[in-house]
Amino acid sequence: MNEMRPVYLLGAAVTPVAEHWERSLGDLAREACAAALGDLPPTAVDALVVANALAPALQLQAQLGAALADACGLAGVEAWASEAGGAAGGVALRQGALLIAAGAAELVVVLGAEKVSEVLDARREAAAALSTDADWEGIHGATLTAQWALLMRRYMHEYGVGAADFAPFPVNAHARAVANPAALYRFAITPAKVAGAAPVADPLVLLDCATAADGAAAVVLASAAAAARYPGARIRLAGSAVATDRLALHARRDPLWLAAAERATALALHRAGLTIGEIGAAEFTDPHGIAAALALEASGFVARGSAVRHAASGRFGVGGALPLANAGGYKARGDLLGAAGVYQVAELAALMRSPGAPHATLAQCLGGVGATAAATVLVRDDGSEE
Amino acid sequence: MELPRHWRLRAARYRLLGARHRATGDVVFPREPQHAADTWDDLPLSGAAELYSFSVVRQPAGDDDAPPALLGLVRLAEGPLITARITDCRADELHIGMPLEMVTRALRALGPDGLIVYGYAFRPRVWHG
Repeated sequence: MNEMRPVYLLGAAVTPVAEHWERSLGDLAREACAAALGDLPPTAVDALVVANALAPALQLQAQLGAALADACGLAGVEAWASEAGGAAGGVALRQGALLIAAGAAELVVVLGAEKVSEVLDARREAAAALSTDADWEGIHGATLTAQWALLMRRYMHEYGVGAADFAPFPVNAHARAVANPAALYRFAITPAKVAGAAPVADPLVLLDCATAADGAAAVVLASAAAAARYPGARIRLAGSAVATDRLALHARRDPLWLAAAERATALALHRAGLTIGEIGAAEFTDPHGIAAALALEASGFVARGSAVRHAASGRFGVGGALPLANAGGYKARGDLLGAAGVYQVAELAALMRSPGAPHATLAQCLGGVGATAAATVLVRDDGSEE
Repeated sequence: MELPRHWRLRAARYRLLGARHRATGDVVFPREPQHAADTWDDLPLSGAAELYSFSVVRQPAGDDDAPPALLGLVRLAEGPLITARITDCRADELHIGMPLEMVTRALRALGPDGLIVYGYAFRPRVWHG
């Protein structure tokens, strides 16, 4: 592994997250890809890795590598799509990074695109539930929202916390989205509003449930030689990892422990040569407070059963030790499903280019309720050359 | 039609047929490809269970007009944890740890020309054998 080449993040861009009734998957992809490439010519792109979860189910469109390369004006390039439910974005980032690291490409576009507004809620829930175990969960009516709700109720039972104790997560997410022009919901909410919201899947209420929406995000990854040709702050994709768990939630020895999240984060940090304490901001699959809590605990940021206590102390808000949902997270930026992992990295890259930004950040996205976990570690190279 | 995929699971769905390891006594449900016949024996499970967690699903998959449904994680008496519908009761009657028993219910109707898929669901225990 020592001969792996460093991977740099040259550009990143996202489209606004919304119900884009008038726009297609390809249209959104083209906007994000063009904005991320900036002045780079299409001929500089060696490969395109697409991240998407639901196009085969909702658009009846597969072969998204060719489809979106075509839409982005990159037809002819090496291209394919990664399929890992909600972890697709992180998996695609790792595949793109490996192409660079292995010397198989100099410049790769990783493109996340998702278009969910073609159908009504029930069909979208059914499509998202494709990430559950079809024979042993899906057939019984399990949806991802319901599965997080099952985990939340068990968590409340085991640790003696209430539903209201999870409110700091959506409240923080909404507060951070106010400054993100691409976010779906750019307004603040209060713990009282969360507590008074209508139930969706008890004990989850509406204001602790993310909304799935349309959008695309793209990042441009490059080798050191390719990156040196272009100016700008240098952000390195210092480590990435993908891990899996039992597909069915009930098949896991300990359902409250996201073992894939634990493993992916530890591996990505190890590959980046960092310890967990060096991570200054993070993004998780946080459609509900319980999802953020379980990811934080399994990843080793806080002790088991303590995440909501740390959330109440402000640890995950602005000025805290580990700010989360820095552009709104799933709850307020919107849930982009297979594209979410690319949004996370584009958002962290923008954060790291701002004054006083953290030196190292972590993005982690989950497929389903953590059957796949993908982690990406970004590090800012502060002027020092390799 | 999706007929074969439901037909081949009939023993597990109708009779809770699991498997027991001949040496260790470990019990699994469902029986999966790795539970080979040289070390695992078929074992019909009793249907006695206890509620591990539950939710009221108000946004079910696939049907915008479907009524709210009770979904549970259920700990079978023999050990395995499974996902199943909770039936024949109201949400406010449920609590973690309560005893349950297996019943057979229609799980899903696969359209006018398709199967009605039956399988296990669980209700608060009423049978004391």
